[in-house]
Amino acid sequence: MADASSSTRGDLRIVNVTKSFGDFTAVDDLTLTIPEGSFFALLGPSGCGKTTTLRMVAGLEEPTQGSIHIGSTDITHTRPYQRPVNTVFQNYALFPHLSIYENIAFGLRRRGIKDVKEAVNKVLNLVELPHLAERKPVQLSGGQQQRIALARAIVNRPALLLLDEPLGALDLKLRRQMQIELKWIQTEVGITFVHVTHDQEEAMTMADTIAVMNEGKVEQMGTPADLYDNPKTAFVANFLGQSNLIEGRIEGNDGDNFVVDVFGQKIKINKNRSHAKDSSVLAGIRPEKIRIQPAGTAMSGNVLTGGVISDASYIGVSTQFQVEMPWKQELMVFEQNDDGVAPLEKGDAVTLSWEPVFTFALDGREDAFAGSEVHADEE
Amino acid sequence: MALLHASGSKVSSLKEKRSLLPYLLLAPGILWLFTFFILPIVNLAQTSTQTPVTNGDTGSYEQTFRFANYIDAFVDNKEQFSRSFIYAFLATALALAIAYPLAYGIAFKSGKYKNLLLVLVVAPFFTSFLLRTIAWKQILGEEGPVISVFRGLHIIGQNTSLTASAFAVVTGLTYNFLPFMTLPLYASLERIDPRTMEAAGDLYANAFTTFRKVTLPLSLPGVVAGTLLTFIPAAGDYVNAAILGNPNTKMLGNVIESRFFKIVDYPTAAALSFTLMTAILILVTVYIRKAGTEELV
Repeated sequence: MADASSSTRGDLRIVNVTKSFGDFTAVDDLTLTIPEGSFFALLGPSGCGKTTTLRMVAGLEEPTQGSIHIGSTDITHTRPYQRPVNTVFQNYALFPHLSIYENIAFGLRRRGIKDVKEAVNKVLNLVELPHLAERKPVQLSGGQQQRIALARAIVNRPALLLLDEPLGALDLKLRRQMQIELKWIQTEVGITFVHVTHDQEEAMTMADTIAVMNEGKVEQMGTPADLYDNPKTAFVANFLGQSNLIEGRIEGNDGDNFVVDVFGQKIKINKNRSHAKDSSVLAGIRPEKIRIQPAGTAMSGNVLTGGVISDASYIGVSTQFQVEMPWKQELMVFEQNDDGVAPLEKGDAVTLSWEPVFTFALDGREDAFAGSEVHADEE
Repeated sequence: MALLHASGSKVSSLKEKRSLLPYLLLAPGILWLFTFFILPIVNLAQTSTQTPVTNGDTGSYEQTFRFANYIDAFVDNKEQFSRSFIYAFLATALALAIAYPLAYGIAFKSGKYKNLLLVLVVAPFFTSFLLRTIAWKQILGEEGPVISVFRGLHIIGQNTSLTASAFAVVTGLTYNFLPFMTLPLYASLERIDPRTMEAAGDLYANAFTTFRKVTLPLSLPGVVAGTLLTFIPAAGDYVNAAILGNPNTKMLGNVIESRFFKIVDYPTAAALSFTLMTAILILVTVYIRKAGTEELV
């Protein structure tokens, strides 16, 4: 929409923003730039400050310190209704006394837009619910209400659309469907979407860029593949999917790789994927990257021997193994059920191996379980 | 076969018991209403068309179906009749103006003091209605704080007093029915999801527009309930006019009271009661229809 507010278009910049509630710091010196037109996800466990960040961008909370800009305009202290920002609220917050049509028309009417009818009908078609215009919100299903909440926001063509756990109240199947639909709608309308969620799968499905937040700070920001393959902290490694983190020491160099000693066995880690501060490291490997073979099989790459299967669960597409290593750590291995060889069973002695490029290294002083407990709580 | 039959009849008798249960549960209430509402109202209706027994004692009446009683009663008391509605309307409007901000504050701005404030709203009920009304004589009296402020601000002349006036009656009515306005308003404001108000702000509505377009419409059930709970008893009230008023501020309640207890003119009192009841019923029906809040309540 070519309206006059072109100066309030552009990247969203959050600069050194802190928000405290009494003694509690919800957001701690946060600096973020969200490029115009992107689908951006703020991902983190509850209480990490992601919703507070969103509410500050919406104007529903005021930062204790710092500033927020859209393009060249400082919006830090403007009222919510003065911002070119619209929100899809967690429980939709549709107006119960107004029809669906009037709900969607609400923002347009406040701004004195002429062609309310055309704009509302267009957006109702976009969310594929034109037949519900005269209904009241209570007469709609959860999924329909969700779409109307989205329609009510995007009909205003804001510079920025904020989505606060928009799919949290939907069942799994509907959630999957809406994830694809949201992504499609974002591409269609070209508005910057900032999406807050604690669901890593949801963030990875939809977002171009994810910022993982923990305790008021951004732990790491990047593309979903980036964060998954090359996490910088144990929190990110555990919060996005699952990771095996093994204590080790860097013993030397081998071209692009560090040679790392883990409990007497040597593995290689690409230097690009090392975030170690000194020689003490946590060597990380994703469970599905590991190959598992009966002990004695000759294997290449990073090899760890001496494992014994302590648990095996068959889950259709794959089998999940718990392998106890000589140093008493349980490693997780997900093996695709695609090779037809005799299945491994509990108690079998095994050798594990993987390609060195899949390994990442974290600072050895980190808590190897950071982020894994919070994740379990959320599910 | 016999066994089957027996169990079959058992089931049906159980069903019968089930279908009787709602009536059994309703029975005490129905009995109560019948004894203390239906019977008296039938009795009142009978009384309203009676005429004095010729040459009988004062207070002895016979049924003559004289419906003109209604016309006579109305014509004789037109003034008190309209006064009742004007005072009740004024008191309702004032109570709404006072109670809405109060209820809004308690619902949205009171934080941890919410329960304390609610107790304070109800607290006056712990003392007698009569005593509280008499207290207004002092508050508005020559020694009270109100009159000096009013005189100081030249709102009233130095020789005008506030007691025994229409002002005092409406003040008393407003005060006495304020909790009945506040509580339903609070209940319906408190039910509003604050996120709908945030959503309105997010959708370019400023604070005033948010109130006008979202908060107020969503609190309408409370406004309707509160105004009814204030208007209906206020229109029939006689205590405030008796204690705080003068002979020129008599309401219909006062007329009915004196007809019943002082003049022992039962038919007129009964006819007035019925007329008042009918008038209130019509007004309330029109009001609820107009407010259009049936689906919101």
